[in-house]
Amino acid sequence: MNLKVDLAKCDGYANCVAAAPGVFDVSDDTGKVIVLTDRLDEESSDGVVEAVRDCPTRALSVDEGSS
Amino acid sequence: MTERPVVVIGSSLAGLSAVETLREAGYEGLLTLVGEEPHQPYDRPPLSKQLLLGTWEAAETALRPDGHLSRLGVEMHLGRRAVALDPAARTVTLDDGTPLAYAGAVIATGARPRRIPGVPDRDGVHVLRSLDDALALRTALVARPRVVVAGAGFIGLEVAAAARAVGCEVTVLEPLRAPLTRVLGPVAGGRFAALHAERGVRVECGVGVSGVRGAGRVEEVRLTDGRLVAADVLVVGAGVAPNTEWLDSSGLPVGDGVRCDVYCASGAAGVYAAGDVARWPNPLFGEEMRVEHWTNAVEQGRGAARNLIAELRGRPGERRPFAPVPSFWSDQWGEKIQFAGRAAAEGRTAVVLDEPDRRRFALAYARGGTLRGALVVNAPRVMAVLRRLLAAGASLDDAVAAVRT
Repeated sequence: MNLKVDLAKCDGYANCVAAAPGVFDVSDDTGKVIVLTDRLDEESSDGVVEAVRDCPTRALSVDEGSS
Repeated sequence: MTERPVVVIGSSLAGLSAVETLREAGYEGLLTLVGEEPHQPYDRPPLSKQLLLGTWEAAETALRPDGHLSRLGVEMHLGRRAVALDPAARTVTLDDGTPLAYAGAVIATGARPRRIPGVPDRDGVHVLRSLDDALALRTALVARPRVVVAGAGFIGLEVAAAARAVGCEVTVLEPLRAPLTRVLGPVAGGRFAALHAERGVRVECGVGVSGVRGAGRVEEVRLTDGRLVAADVLVVGAGVAPNTEWLDSSGLPVGDGVRCDVYCASGAAGVYAAGDVARWPNPLFGEEMRVEHWTNAVEQGRGAARNLIAELRGRPGERRPFAPVPSFWSDQWGEKIQFAGRAAAEGRTAVVLDEPDRRRFALAYARGGTLRGALVVNAPRVMAVLRRLLAAGASLDDAVAAVRT
């Protein structure tokens, strides 16, 4: 699963941090999302799918590529 | 295995979240989505912001790309209202008489704007809930009318900011003593009155709207203290009422929302509720709530759908109590305002962050020493921390320490 982040859309609502705290954080300086890991395993992928849905600005997306 | 039909009533965010969750969880049966509005699911938060400002067009509010729901194999009944649910026959009836048989149903019929008694529906009187409402108001604002906003809740203040930004003269009238009292408590609201006043919005608290005057359209607004204010547009932002009337004959427990248990189940077999219309006891807070915000619509649509699937598959033990930290945001004049949890009127508050030069501020709400809520302005990372502490049932002291280090 590949995660894509559109920082131009991100507005720092941090809903992704609540959904997948091991994967996302939000920067105090930029007010935008930080992806903490680029390795999405089975365990974190459920949270990431929730994070995509929970993002109010639709800044996150996933596709089913292998990486 | 052939799975039995599921009907989701309500095609906004909670209903969309429910149908997507059902498919993601592997439900392959007949899935029907009923929506009163003719539009594909669209996003409401931009209506009072980008859409009114004219920076977005209607098409940009679409929640999903064209064809998304048909690719999910969802049968759509848009422009159709559900008028009855019969829990014994397990049918939902639409306003054109169509009966939809269900094994499972998710009620996500949302809420509608409350009206002010004495204010008739006439030219110049607006509410803001739907895309069509927003487009009508945007059109009205083109002529730079004098605008009165009745109610300093989030919608009222966002409309005021947008109307002011496009050049209107704007007055906000709030019957309570401060803006945003209902959601933020009495302490925090004063900050927001000042924010708007600095931008030239007149904010007057302690006075409401009792009527309008004018020949065929609004010319003056009558206040509860008897004064008359000249106005071309009155925007009523008096909160919302859950859409439950269609369930009156169903026997489902209804009272300021569909009354559910911790699983978002209504008590009728296979019937769940989610979003603005659902009232349920949140075990994390130990209180019954009905939450009218974006994030809850997504989360509760998902939670209700997962619990419904567990029930349909005969595994009720897999159902999970719905125990979120309710949270929402508002953008006003470039300020990012975020709130999570509850603002108990009887509780204590503590300022945990105050950096006026960076325009950052955070207020924690507590009851009996336990953190219950948080208001954060322009500090999203602080909100992420406080949300985590709220979910963990942390103390106010923990919150103070976590933010200050």
